[in-house]
Amino acid sequence: MGRRAAIVGFGQTKGSSSRRDVTGVELINEAVRAALADAGLGIGDIDAVVIGNMDHFEGVNYVDMWSVEGSGGVMKPVFKVTTGGTTGTSVAISAYYHVASGMFDRVLAIGWEKNSESDTTGAIITAYDPFWERPNMAGAIGGLAVDASRYMHDYGATERDGARVTVRERLHALNNPFAHLQQEWMRGKDAVFLVDALVASKENKVLAYPLRMSDMCPRTDAAAALIFAAEGTAEKIAPIPAWVLAVANRHNFVYYGDLDWSRNETLEAAAKKVFATAGIREPLKEVDVCELYLPYSYAGLAWMESIGFCGPGQGPQLLWDGVTDMDGELPVNPSGGVMSSNPIGATGIIRVGEAAIQIMRKAGTRQVGKDVNVAMATGFGGCYWADVMLLGRKKPV
Amino acid sequence: MKMEEVAVVGAGQTVFGFDRKETFEELVFEAATAALSDAGGSIGDIDNIVTVSNDFWDGRTISSMSVMSAAGSWNKDISTVEGDGMFGAVYGMMRTLSGSFDATLVVAHVKGSEGRMNLITNGMFDPIYQRPLGIDATISAALQARCYMERTGAGEEDFARVSVKNHGNGLRNPHAHLGMEITIDDVMRSRKISDPLKLYDCSPVSDGAAAIVLSNRRGLKRFRQKPAWIRGAAYCSDSYTLGYRDLADPRALRAAAQKAYRMAGIANPLKELDAAEVYDAYSYMELMWYEGLGLAAEGKGAELLRSGATETGGELPVNPSGGTLSAHPVLVAGLVRLIEAVLQVRGDAGRRQVPGAKRALAHGINGPCGQCHAVMIVEA
Amino acid sequence: MSGKKAFLEGRIKVPYKWYAGETGSRFLSALRDGCELWGTRCPGCGRVYVPAAKNCWECFRPADEWVQVSDTGTVESFTIARRPDEMFGLAPPVVYGLIRLGGAGGSLLHIIGGVNPDDVRVGMQVKAVYAEKRSGRILDIKYFAPLGE
Repeated sequence: MGRRAAIVGFGQTKGSSSRRDVTGVELINEAVRAALADAGLGIGDIDAVVIGNMDHFEGVNYVDMWSVEGSGGVMKPVFKVTTGGTTGTSVAISAYYHVASGMFDRVLAIGWEKNSESDTTGAIITAYDPFWERPNMAGAIGGLAVDASRYMHDYGATERDGARVTVRERLHALNNPFAHLQQEWMRGKDAVFLVDALVASKENKVLAYPLRMSDMCPRTDAAAALIFAAEGTAEKIAPIPAWVLAVANRHNFVYYGDLDWSRNETLEAAAKKVFATAGIREPLKEVDVCELYLPYSYAGLAWMESIGFCGPGQGPQLLWDGVTDMDGELPVNPSGGVMSSNPIGATGIIRVGEAAIQIMRKAGTRQVGKDVNVAMATGFGGCYWADVMLLGRKKPV
Repeated sequence: MKMEEVAVVGAGQTVFGFDRKETFEELVFEAATAALSDAGGSIGDIDNIVTVSNDFWDGRTISSMSVMSAAGSWNKDISTVEGDGMFGAVYGMMRTLSGSFDATLVVAHVKGSEGRMNLITNGMFDPIYQRPLGIDATISAALQARCYMERTGAGEEDFARVSVKNHGNGLRNPHAHLGMEITIDDVMRSRKISDPLKLYDCSPVSDGAAAIVLSNRRGLKRFRQKPAWIRGAAYCSDSYTLGYRDLADPRALRAAAQKAYRMAGIANPLKELDAAEVYDAYSYMELMWYEGLGLAAEGKGAELLRSGATETGGELPVNPSGGTLSAHPVLVAGLVRLIEAVLQVRGDAGRRQVPGAKRALAHGINGPCGQCHAVMIVEA
Repeated sequence: MSGKKAFLEGRIKVPYKWYAGETGSRFLSALRDGCELWGTRCPGCGRVYVPAAKNCWECFRPADEWVQVSDTGTVESFTIARRPDEMFGLAPPVVYGLIRLGGAGGSLLHIIGGVNPDDVRVGMQVKAVYAEKRSGRILDIKYFAPLGE
């Protein structure tokens, strides 16, 4: 292990379907100011900046260069990290390495997206190989639908199980002032009632069986920024720094045709690695809260199994037992998750930031009731790629 | 910071050219394999990977996706830097220093021939105020070249002299795209592109890939190649808005170079360096970078060139490989500068070898008109 | 198998809609409606940004004082682009200039017209020539032309 590093500040803008009042650079500036204010730092205290988004969502080439006047990167070390949906977590992981390497003491990590400025699906289609897959794949939804039906086939899961994940995310989002989707009509209602309502609704259209509108994440405009600091500095900035215990990622696949749809191999492998590094043997018991990049509802079933929170096919049971609700043993996505806000390049930063503020006890109305010693954040993207970061209240040994 | 702890232990590059028939995956595989074989290791000796790619140049979203297998990333930690390959090397260095990994493979690729340079680089500029005017990398560079001429009194013939030197050097580099024996007159008479820049002041659009293997001290036993230690590394970005940045003053390069020199304990770079590989996307840039790198006093870039100090056989040969003017695979070119510096200090640079080179500098840039600069110092 | 190089032609065609934001919209509206150029001044360093910037990037604070600048300025640098990309529909050669407007803290990138390209010089005074039909875009300034004789 290199030099220890912790998160000491987090800032985000409220998710919105269209922020016409600002340019991308101005939006980035809002998040940076919020993160600096949260940490009680000025831009002069920042030693380096790392930023990410997805090029074709705004059509800006060399975003790290274009954005310096908002990011605060003028006359500072700046570069861009981008890995598709995992961009935000990859940027956070990169900020960790900036510090762990010993090269920088205080590093700003920024993710952002203005999905309102383009056709998100039109851009995503171009991620597929132009010869073999672009002509016959339809954006992100097609792949996710295949994933969901395979899970239903393997374990007898139903549409109600998927809807139950949606209900959890929506109810949690009502506690998060930054979440994009705030479905007030759900407030205070019983989960079973809400599941029935979603499954029976005629307006809740099927996009690609079994996925309906309510199973998917929105397109969001938002920016988010994190500040990482080195051991020795972090303790002076934050009363409770969120220490990085372990990071790992797996970006194994190139072609969708090569995936084993019965499991999320990359998430499985990355989770296994962080747990081994942090010495965690029983994830369900030892992890206190999760911010998982679940871009659609069924991921909240199968991917819990991939991480090792339960055995194969047990995802629905965990969910219906309330284990992952706010007052459960392992609250998942107190923020409302990706299904409530998906500013793609920022989404991973938000996962990490939301996990960090649970440790720092700064989550306000979405703070979980229990003590948080270990928090987990994940990223998902590319061709079923996974990033994982594990944060802790105690400095790692 | 303990800079002695990371070394380049393997380097590989393809031949650069226009319209190479291989796909990016194939180019990446070729470069990665060459770097591993140069290191005397195999993919199993690599703990993690950094790829470099850009969605505009690759013509696809999440362009890093296409090279995952070719880079050997199966079941390994991996990340992607979007920008010049030198920044990929910087990130690879961080990951190797972090203690999490002992050996890192960094690989960059581009097929410039598959896209339209003017449109791709138009995409670097502000979409509301600048892009509709039709500006691109070459037009903005020409504006910078004139700012530099105004400030220093350098003339078009000085720029031409850079082109003559670097294209001549390119003839001795088997990887170069465009080595040429040309005269100042040839450059002056070449087709006008965007005044004061003419065809031979501009680098070609090249295809190709390059890769390096980085190792910390613990990882060294896996490899057989002589390490080239990274003694200094720094990078810095200037402001963005064209017209508000002082285009004739490379202050971000000065900041990065000074930091890298401090790390490497260099007081007089012209004397203490044996070779330098700088990012000369356009001829005039080399003169500006001399000043930013502290090789020449402010305004004296052209003078340094005319003195012959940066020629092969001079006090500090600059771009003995032929530089970016002789091969410009965008995104890859900075990594190639580092590879060339490594080959120099190892004594493996073949016909372009600077005799007895022990310490060399490599330089990469990002953004319009050299907005962001990275500098590394390597030593045998 | 023959070594023929198969290739696939395509283009990434994604429609974009870039919002100028409130600050940029105010700048573009004044240009469209009154042929006026407005900038914002940083209360810290006093620099005036044209087009208006919401934040001063050197001082990293809001630049919120609006000031009108002159539509006449000095050419700080220029280039004669012999073949700009055909997509922009510009008749070559096109002269680009960095123009320091009176009262601005830096230069504005724009096109220089109404002049023989070979006569353009650094230091030349130029004035904005406005498009007749304006729609809130930077090309509401058709180009900058030399100021009188």
